[in-house]
Amino acid sequence: MSAGFQSRRAPLLLSVYAFLVYAFLYFPIIVLVVYSFNGSGVGGFPPAHWTMDWYRQLFMDAALWDAVLNSVIVAALAVAIALGLGLPAALALDRTDFPGKALFRRLVLLPLILPGIITGLSLLMLFVAVGMKLSLVTITLGHGTALISVATTEIFAGLQKLERAQEEASLDLGANHWRTFWRVTLPNLRVSLIAAALLIFTLSLDEIAVSFFLIGRDNTLPLEIWSRLRRGITPEINAISTLILVFSIGMILLWYRLRTRLQPADESAAPLVPAAIQGESA
Amino acid sequence: MYSRAYKTTVTIPPLLWVTVFLLVPYAILFCYSFWSVSSAQTIVHNWNLQNYLQLARNPIYLQVLFRSMRIAASVTVFALLLGYPLAYYLSFHAAKRKDLLYQLVIIPLWASYLVRGYAWKTILGSDGVLNGFLQYLHITHRPVDFFLYSPFAVIITLTHIYTPFTLLPIYASLEHIPRNLVEASHDLGASPWSTFRRVILPLSLPGVLAGATFAFVLTLGDFLAPLLVGGPSGIMISNVVVSLFGAAYNWPLGAAISFCMMLLVVTLLFITERLEKRLAIS
Amino acid sequence: MTELVAHAAASGSAAAPAPPILSIRRVIKRFGQRPVLRGITLDVASGEFLTILGESGSGKTTLLRLIAGFEDLDSGEIWMGAERLDRIPAHRRHVNTVFQSYAIFPHLSVFENVAYGLRAKNTPTSEIPERVTRALAMVKMGEFAQAAPAKLSGGQQQRVALARALVNRPRVLLLDEPLSALDANLRRQMQVELKSLQREVGITFIFVTHDQEEAMALSDRVALLRAGLLEQVAPPREIYGAPATAYAAQFIGQTNLLRAEVRDGIASAGSIVWRTLGAAGNATYSLRPECIRLVAESESAAMSSADVATARFRGRVRNQSFGGAMDLIEIDCGGAYAIRARIASPGILTGEREFEFTANDAVCVREGEPD
Repeated sequence: MSAGFQSRRAPLLLSVYAFLVYAFLYFPIIVLVVYSFNGSGVGGFPPAHWTMDWYRQLFMDAALWDAVLNSVIVAALAVAIALGLGLPAALALDRTDFPGKALFRRLVLLPLILPGIITGLSLLMLFVAVGMKLSLVTITLGHGTALISVATTEIFAGLQKLERAQEEASLDLGANHWRTFWRVTLPNLRVSLIAAALLIFTLSLDEIAVSFFLIGRDNTLPLEIWSRLRRGITPEINAISTLILVFSIGMILLWYRLRTRLQPADESAAPLVPAAIQGESA
Repeated sequence: MYSRAYKTTVTIPPLLWVTVFLLVPYAILFCYSFWSVSSAQTIVHNWNLQNYLQLARNPIYLQVLFRSMRIAASVTVFALLLGYPLAYYLSFHAAKRKDLLYQLVIIPLWASYLVRGYAWKTILGSDGVLNGFLQYLHITHRPVDFFLYSPFAVIITLTHIYTPFTLLPIYASLEHIPRNLVEASHDLGASPWSTFRRVILPLSLPGVLAGATFAFVLTLGDFLAPLLVGGPSGIMISNVVVSLFGAAYNWPLGAAISFCMMLLVVTLLFITERLEKRLAIS
Repeated sequence: MTELVAHAAASGSAAAPAPPILSIRRVIKRFGQRPVLRGITLDVASGEFLTILGESGSGKTTLLRLIAGFEDLDSGEIWMGAERLDRIPAHRRHVNTVFQSYAIFPHLSVFENVAYGLRAKNTPTSEIPERVTRALAMVKMGEFAQAAPAKLSGGQQQRVALARALVNRPRVLLLDEPLSALDANLRRQMQVELKSLQREVGITFIFVTHDQEEAMALSDRVALLRAGLLEQVAPPREIYGAPATAYAAQFIGQTNLLRAEVRDGIASAGSIVWRTLGAAGNATYSLRPECIRLVAESESAAMSSADVATARFRGRVRNQSFGGAMDLIEIDCGGAYAIRARIASPGILTGEREFEFTANDAVCVREGEPD
């Protein structure tokens, strides 16, 4: 589609405007990174002397690293839950038909578009109703639930690319459904699964809206940063933010590379979001 | 081709989980909205419509709601103004660097919300980067303090956060426009602007609609940005809910507001889905 | 021509003497509201090369998939020997498929691809290497055992697909347009190889294609499928020489359809008149272009056409194009359409000439929807 069109020289105004939008998108990020090295802390202009103090302070901050550990554990478990349920959900949407399928599809994809507060509050009420204490467990359950939609969308896209004839060939050759799933379907979905895992991990690490309501005694990293923000800004926060940024950017680029192995660039991240609304995935 | 056992295995687990962790919680939320809180700070299950009546009658809530909708509308408009031209540039003029530029757009999309919100806080504060910059250039001589803790700050922060969300569906629908339509338009003598107005823009409307819906819905439900940069004048409806679940302890009322929000979002999604179907080329 | 038809009729189209290996009875299949197969009854003889021939949308692939087990039928039965095939799930049927897209597993080597079915059925590991090697040798892919499928050409992948299916010794092999993705030369070569392979292993082949030349070249019998119903099932020579319907006559090879009025044993279509045994009334006849001969100018006036076994007619040569062994001549006889004739080395023809054909070469065919 886009291949045949000869890109003309863009009108100058448009090019400048495009550049300005990029500048707007990256300006805060750049400021953050620059000021994490700023000797005189946050704010002021121009940044004063260069220093690594804030990073050094960061590395000695035990409470923060506890939170990082918590976040990593939660994220890993969230990946397991989201993939463990997103995979059958994607298969179900791709291959079966049952009454209420449309409702099921919308329900699974709803957390993508519904503001986090609603999902967070609802889950809070559930846990209160069953008498479950708020803790990292509740946060994990929250993340897993909210991110099933991401897993389902990614894996569904991978299923679409899967050559159905291969599964038929496997059955034809005498392998039953279970064997076919393990030997043919899953290997073909490998890239989708890894890409989904990367994305879910990154999103879970950063998740704050749902976690806000499900927090118990232990903090995840975003919540730890949040509570410090309430007490006042310190440049240390710039430093940790920069590190988070570097990490998540790395993960996102990895995810993107994997995704584009499956399909052309113009479809990479876009369907993830609109598909949820348009319900195209079913 | 898929046996009943297969279909059951892929459908039941996600269905169960989603029922327990999404459907039931939403139902509980719904139920809460009909209860009230007693003077002893306990929840009384006395099934009534008081909460909804209070929402309808009490001007405070309507005020905050309207402010939230104004903010959401502003963010949507700005996100479209920023996102559409960039999407257009990316789709029609980027050619060789398209892949790279596309990655540059999705990085902010998935990179930490908290970090970006925090970045704006440091930029807009009275001893923040913006003020420092203005003073450095001697444009102002005193810190300007309306940048931060105002609806303006909320709008700019949320615009920054949700512009990529808006851009991607627009980009996707622009990519779907067959280039030979554009070439035909030129061939028939229409200027680039005219081609844009009469061919490209109408065909990209489904994406615009999707992007606008995201920006509006997600902004409306946002509570973090107002807490970070909004101050008292930047409170949005979700903050009211948060406080009702916190210090103001009135879960039923909070549930009622949440449920109304949910209803609004689902209705909006329903309408836009219908509209998109009508607008989309088959 | 007529001798060939008689010969074919005597030897080919009678029901196979041995019990059929596959028996398809009154099979109906719908996709949603749309009927795709509207009642198929067909017996497949053991060891035969049967081709299901039809245009796209005729239902041929669907029929194949029903036999393989990838679709469920709506009504009817499929029997293999004494058991109901359609009640058995796909992976337990003794039927293997060569897919149009080959469906080679990209993550397994060629060897593992071919061994896949053997492993799935828990064949003793000691047997596997020998059977795989033999299967690969049969399709001339012996040296590629350790290759990665991605590096193989289309033709090579297709051979691997064939070996992968045959190594399981199925009772019936289904081939879903396996040659359609190959270029013309490779295609002809593979046709020859497939045919000799089938003779060698003696397995029943059910081959699906839309290419009637391919069907004619390969098959023991051709089942012509049209809009979900069988139009005619017969050996190639019979279906060519004695097509049952106008559709069959036109789909396979080229023909002239003469819409004639029959009275007292004489059929007349415009200015063309010939003797026929058909009943009185309106009838359609199929006359193959190669059956039409040029009458040398010297003989022209000599005979009267209506009461001998040869029919003659005059017409103006409208067009003549070179066609290799024979020229294609378009003859205008004053009717609504031109008669097409294939004549070898006629020289340059101009103006009005006389042509003839043996009356029995005009075959009466049914017109309209298959019933």
